[in-house]
Amino acid sequence: MPRLSPDARHTVRVTVNGRALEGEAEPRMLLTDFLRHKLGLTGTHVGCEHGVCGACTIQIDGAPARACLTLAVQADGADIRTVEGLAPEPGRLSILQEAFRRHHALQCGFCTAGILMSLNWYLARTPDPSEVELREFLSGHICRCTGYVPIVAAALDAAQRLRETGEQR
Amino acid sequence: MKPAPFDYVRAESLAEAHDVLAAEGGDAAVIAGGQSLVPLLSMRMARPKVLIDIMHIAELDGIAMDNNTIRVSARVRQAELLAWPDLAVRQPLLAQAMPWIGHWQTRSRGTVCGSIALADPSAELPLCLLALGGEVTLSSKQGRRSVEAGDFFTGLMSTARRDDELIEQVSFPCRRPGEGFAFREFARRHGDFAIVACAAVATEKSVQLAVSGVADRPVVRDFDDASDAALAAFASELDTRDDLHATAEYRRMLVRELGRQTIEEARRCRA
Repeated sequence: MPRLSPDARHTVRVTVNGRALEGEAEPRMLLTDFLRHKLGLTGTHVGCEHGVCGACTIQIDGAPARACLTLAVQADGADIRTVEGLAPEPGRLSILQEAFRRHHALQCGFCTAGILMSLNWYLARTPDPSEVELREFLSGHICRCTGYVPIVAAALDAAQRLRETGEQR
Repeated sequence: MKPAPFDYVRAESLAEAHDVLAAEGGDAAVIAGGQSLVPLLSMRMARPKVLIDIMHIAELDGIAMDNNTIRVSARVRQAELLAWPDLAVRQPLLAQAMPWIGHWQTRSRGTVCGSIALADPSAELPLCLLALGGEVTLSSKQGRRSVEAGDFFTGLMSTARRDDELIEQVSFPCRRPGEGFAFREFARRHGDFAIVACAAVATEKSVQLAVSGVADRPVVRDFDDASDAALAAFASELDTRDDLHATAEYRRMLVRELGRQTIEEARRCRA
């Protein structure tokens, strides 16, 4: 039974966006800080740090989750996807990201990475959501700039384009 | 916000977890999904010396059915029970109430037993467990015991669990013929803590109404006659107080209104 002492750092191995990565973490380090400070993946943002705002949402083992509500040591061995993994190639945005740009679905952009990671998962399993369903799903995210209207519009537009192209991303 | 330092133990069997709990007692905390415990750690409202991760204990996995009971083991995440294909048939109340727990993004990690263990007075799962008359199976080095929901919740985030025990599973009775169920919740935003939530179980003779978000723990009452006067009397007896989100009077009003709607819906579903 592994017992990790509080003042030492322990190796945490994860797969992030398909790449095997590792870093050192004290048991109390949150996954948000591990991603940002140890792995250099600063696309995942830190907002409220208690699970309410949704800014740090990533995908853990194929489901959307708050990185701030998970310890890095709990995620040892996990398959993680972050916003850095959304674009199909450098310089090209995913269909969802492109829709956000077209609809001005962000202003300051602080909440955007989390919303993208949630919607990326949601639209893959709910290809034709109603606006009501989308709004209920997005209740797990707080945006203080947009008033949500352009976010919902971008999500509906992306859903339609994803259905037309059959693309997963 | 950073948690205070703690030892992290990844238990690989129930016996290992029991050993650590026996040795550390109240200085240890069990972590499963961590969706409530991690923020409590971050805000330093919880400062355990040792954290015992039980999510690698194979014995604690799975949803099982026996004797008309759904047994949910400690590792089962809320999203897993919600996606269980038999849920709406076996226990409609859980199928109705569980989408109200937090958000998709927290149900994917949070466990069913973890929510029972935390015993938040506004949480949906303790409310359902009480309304259905379910039970909690606790175990420690000393052995195993079962506690009925009505005896398990003892106060504000307090339960009958001893410091050396962990929750192995919770059991929800399945729907019996002739029963009807309904759930209603009022919160400022979907996924927020309920200001008031109601669960009703209607049978031929009577109806049980359970409410959460009002007192320091969920409360259940059996009504032969669910008249407005009986509901008003129930609401007035509840030990509630004003807080940031609502006044005591407002909560009592919600118990009367939502309670009546929930009972009516449960009775309709019975038919």
